[in-house]
Amino acid sequence: MMKMLNSRSGRGAAVAALVVAVGASVVAQKMTINGAGATFPAVIYSKWFSEYNKLHPEVQINYNPQGSGFGIQQIQKQTVFFGASDGPMTNDALLASPGRILHFPTVLGGVVPIYNIPGVNAMLKFTGPVLADIFLGKITKWNDPKIAANNAGVNLPNLDITVAHRSDGSGTTYIWADYLHKVSPEWTQKVGVANSVTWPVGLGAPQSAGVAGLVKQTPGAIGYVELIYATQNQISYGSVQNLAGEFVTASVESVTASAAAAVTKMPADFRVSIVNAEGKGVYPISSFTWLLVYESPKDKAAAKVFVDFMKWMLGDGQKLAPQLGYAPLPAPVVKLELDAVAKIKIQ
Amino acid sequence: MARVRLSISDFIFRMGTGAFALVLVLLVSGIGFVLWNESHLAIQKFGFAFWRTSDWNPVQGQFGAFPFIWGTLYSSVLALMIAGPIALGIAIFLSELCPDWLRQPLVFLTELLAAIPSIVYGLWGVFVLVPAVRSLQTALPDSVRAWALFSGPPVGFSLLAAALVLAVMVVPYSSAVAREVLKSVPRSQREAAYALGSTRWEATRAALHYGRAGIMGAIMLGFGRAIGETMAVTMVIGNTPKAVASIFAPQHTMAAVIANQFVDANDQLHSDALVEIGLVLFIITLLVNIASRVLIWNMTRQRSRASRPAAAAAPEAA
Repeated sequence: MMKMLNSRSGRGAAVAALVVAVGASVVAQKMTINGAGATFPAVIYSKWFSEYNKLHPEVQINYNPQGSGFGIQQIQKQTVFFGASDGPMTNDALLASPGRILHFPTVLGGVVPIYNIPGVNAMLKFTGPVLADIFLGKITKWNDPKIAANNAGVNLPNLDITVAHRSDGSGTTYIWADYLHKVSPEWTQKVGVANSVTWPVGLGAPQSAGVAGLVKQTPGAIGYVELIYATQNQISYGSVQNLAGEFVTASVESVTASAAAAVTKMPADFRVSIVNAEGKGVYPISSFTWLLVYESPKDKAAAKVFVDFMKWMLGDGQKLAPQLGYAPLPAPVVKLELDAVAKIKIQ
Repeated sequence: MARVRLSISDFIFRMGTGAFALVLVLLVSGIGFVLWNESHLAIQKFGFAFWRTSDWNPVQGQFGAFPFIWGTLYSSVLALMIAGPIALGIAIFLSELCPDWLRQPLVFLTELLAAIPSIVYGLWGVFVLVPAVRSLQTALPDSVRAWALFSGPPVGFSLLAAALVLAVMVVPYSSAVAREVLKSVPRSQREAAYALGSTRWEATRAALHYGRAGIMGAIMLGFGRAIGETMAVTMVIGNTPKAVASIFAPQHTMAAVIANQFVDANDQLHSDALVEIGLVLFIITLLVNIASRVLIWNMTRQRSRASRPAAAAAPEAA
């Protein structure tokens, strides 16, 4: 009995050793690439990285979604291979980086106004100036004539408006503030555009979940979250008037349409704001989200692998976007980007 | 020979444990130094104005910490005003009046309160306290709501909601220390009180008087804890950096703004200003803890002075 046990455990150990050896040889060939940045595209990024890993088991891409500002800091410090941000880097930030950083749009997102008005189930219509006035604290009641003007037939109550905004730095805030800046000179002058701004009125809550919770909890509240967040959590959100005068509901199609309008004016470095874009069927509070990569990365082996991934992401990868609620890039943008990807120095 | 070996081992023992104690000192001064070093941009630009100006504008690079200092101290003081009497009541009941069979379960329950993660308190705050505070505010008569202390629209996410969450979180700490203080009041104190014909209430009052500094210390330790609490507070306080008197107004705290804005800071100055808030918080926490230690230390010194003549008197009596 004893002998049998011994021999069995001996065999077990041998098998274990073999497994370890095989495992080690696989690990040795593996290429691990690390990135960090925006939370908004984290869902599609992790989907891409895991799908790409299925196609190329040797490539393991890790992503740490801690925020756009974090992504920019980490790529500047070269602690990650790539960064990701919902807002493009400023000229100052680019100049302060140790090398030339390229921007690559990956998908698009829309930001929607969410609200909680007891007794109102209709989808409200907002114009840019009305949203700006609400967030500047100039419109304080839901039955204000400026809101009612576009919402004939909706019985708006005499209820105080409570503005809910992000208390943490966020790319969502950047897109929202960027839109209000485009439609309201007063917003530009009093508040400005950044991941963290000083809010004239309202309450702050951390993360999209916090803003959504605040709006759900507070009768009369209005806030803003990414479209996917509103649809996944079934929060009512309003449509927004675009430059063509249409009230457009945010959707994968209407968000992609806003990028198509920007193609003709696309700068070579892809750092472009597409909020309040011209054109029909355009949802005006839309934005690209970007990957940040050095033009000449230090780690050439990783660069080669990552360039391959980017080509896949711009091709088959884009097909995964709509099912997760992200708007895919329009074909002309993909073409421009493929040319730019070819310029990354991999040797 | 044996004595020499002993003294060598004693020497090693003393040096070894001393080194560990030194690590503590190095840690505290190291943290202070790093906070100072990492915030020099903000310190240079704003100097002491940082402590008393109210403008927090990451876009324009203008930073003043006053609303955060105000919110932290206001919410913590309010929390203590709520938690202090409750903690003291628990401590008195457990040490003086509680039947033995009930004591262990109650002690266990208060300790359980201390073990609940703060994010759970935050969720409870969002779903229970915030609506409760909102209904309380709307229930107040208009004449009361006109006072600066109770003014503002009823949103629920407010300083009061934060203070209530903090009060619940602080109670187990303060009551545990206060119980220890009451337990350490010598039996002779109570016996003397009873001998003089005191009622239970009077005897307890005498014990409280004896341990008053230690009890103050217990409450101050709770204060130190309230000052640093982050997650539960940021979920219910409304995160609005405006220093106002109203307990129903959304406000902000130092710990909350660091947690909210640090990872995604706009630029270096913003990040340095947040680290400087950390430095301010560090200094205030240090001061509060030193003050509470001094109070407790004062009490024990008084007691040892008081008990010395008694000990000296004992052999004589024998």
